[in-house]
Amino acid sequence: MNLVSAGFFLGIVGLTLIVTYIAAKRTSSASDFYTAGGGLKGWQNGFAIAGDYLSAAAFLGVSGAIALTGFDGFFFSVGYVVANLVLLYVIAEPMRNLGRYTLADMLTARFNEKRVRGVAATSTIVIVILYMIAQLVGAGALIKLLFGIEYWIAVLIVGVMMTTYVLFGGMTATSWVQIIKAGLLLFGTTMMAFLVFQKFDFNLANMFTTIATDHGEEYLIPGQKYTSSIDSVSMMMALVLGTSGLPHILMRFFTVKDAKTARASINWTTWITAIFFSLTIFLGFGAMHFVGFDKIIAENAAGNTAAPLLAEFLGGDVMLSFICAVAFATILAVVSGLVLTGASAISHDIYGEILKDGKLTEKQQVLAARTGSISIAVISIILALFAQSLNVSFLVSFAFCIGASANLPVIIYTIYWKKFNSNGAIAAMVTGLVSCLVLGAMGPNIWSTTGKAIFIGEPLVNLAVPAIITIPLGFFAGWIVSIMTASKIDQQAAEATYKEIRVKAHTGVSVQDVSH
Amino acid sequence: MSSLGEKHSKNQHTIDYDKIDRMDSFNTFVKKKNTLLFTITACFLTFYILLPILAFTSVLQQKWIGDITGVWVYSAALFIMTVVLAMVYSKIAPKLDAQAAAVLAEYEKDGGK
Repeated sequence: MNLVSAGFFLGIVGLTLIVTYIAAKRTSSASDFYTAGGGLKGWQNGFAIAGDYLSAAAFLGVSGAIALTGFDGFFFSVGYVVANLVLLYVIAEPMRNLGRYTLADMLTARFNEKRVRGVAATSTIVIVILYMIAQLVGAGALIKLLFGIEYWIAVLIVGVMMTTYVLFGGMTATSWVQIIKAGLLLFGTTMMAFLVFQKFDFNLANMFTTIATDHGEEYLIPGQKYTSSIDSVSMMMALVLGTSGLPHILMRFFTVKDAKTARASINWTTWITAIFFSLTIFLGFGAMHFVGFDKIIAENAAGNTAAPLLAEFLGGDVMLSFICAVAFATILAVVSGLVLTGASAISHDIYGEILKDGKLTEKQQVLAARTGSISIAVISIILALFAQSLNVSFLVSFAFCIGASANLPVIIYTIYWKKFNSNGAIAAMVTGLVSCLVLGAMGPNIWSTTGKAIFIGEPLVNLAVPAIITIPLGFFAGWIVSIMTASKIDQQAAEATYKEIRVKAHTGVSVQDVSH
Repeated sequence: MSSLGEKHSKNQHTIDYDKIDRMDSFNTFVKKKNTLLFTITACFLTFYILLPILAFTSVLQQKWIGDITGVWVYSAALFIMTVVLAMVYSKIAPKLDAQAAAVLAEYEKDGGK
């Protein structure tokens, strides 16, 4: 590690710790801890959502995927961007109007049953842990690559830092770490894209012609990674619908005062992600052309170091250090958001609402939140230590798949379907969650005849992401079980609750107040 | 909407949700809003999911502009669609807010509960 690298890393760590120190002074209530007191502005929350959204998988993973597979990698960029529209048109405003701290709060606004809250919290914890392991393993690999330190020490460093942000600064610190990181990431990628574009004489057609001539026309069409429509359709469904079911993204809608600000947040996120993912073409093709396939593969078989290697080519040690520091900040921000989300499920939903019937003092709620944060961090760190050799990129896809299959059906039905009931809610969540895990366990990420997966053998399900099966299953289970158990439900009470939900969701009246 | 919403948040127990739900103006508003938002959502999801389907056909695998193949142009169109629809929603939403506020005002005018 040289002095420049150390300077960038220490600068980012120092800045985020100052933010945490300031935030800690403003974090005294459960509302402060989980939702930053509901006081974030639209642009702040928009940057923070982008910060949550643009994980290492998006920055390092997508650039690497384009560098190695051409257009197939760009499928991810399209999915991540269009997903904003589902959030904006269908989810953001009603979610803010109905929820308080967590996804389970929103569901129990309609079905005030502990079992609904318990299943929703379980789904949240599974998604958070899958996502977290992927981020921590990525962080460990990145730090190991840069500083040459042992993987387990690298994971511990990131683990301690993320826990510090959340423990002391709660959602305020986490949000600002994400805002800072989103700004740095946008700046870094814009700079790199500009330098790459400059080398192609600011001529897009010239860039494509060079890629086709020097590397092969096959990189300009799909087929390098995805060989069939069904596999790619399945993955694209997971991306576009899964975002709206990711608990750490949904939780961000409770950090603003009303639905109007939630809407403004997504507008900001849309612009940020659209700009960022447009630039991934330059990062990917730049790495493919200037760094080269062999060098990228030699560093990391999945291509995750393509962007840092391109930075080194474009700007030497200084730019490499800056981009690596940005990647580090990216990982820190995302894992902090995940810790907070996992903690909310454990402390608020399971401990506070299920075990203690919501009868906790403000002080006890904050203590529970902090204990939950440590718990989820410790669990994730331990799992990440054992997951070092695992190819983890599919874990993120699975988090999206569960979000789309288990969470999205219940969110949509809760807001928009009169006949939906608590049995249907549980059926949808359990079916979505279990089908993703089971079909995933039978899939090519776990079984491969060539030894590229965990076990050697023929996969029973030949879909990398089984969303094309599991999303319809989740929706179907919620529908059929609601219909089948309709006679067992007190229809009058259910209808009264739905009317309340309908009025609240569409007018914002009686919005759950989390602001000071 | 927000001021009434805030006002009501401090007086949640006084709101008669059943009465609002039975109001013609509320039902017309919800129907219109859902029709509009779900129609647009169905359109953009259809346009989106056609990408991975058409991407494996010769239509999008042909070169459209220089060496730029159809899949890239289609993808660019999806990016543009996203930004444009986000802006469209920014224009639509305040009108929907105003209609929601009008519903609540009507409810208030009617004596609330």
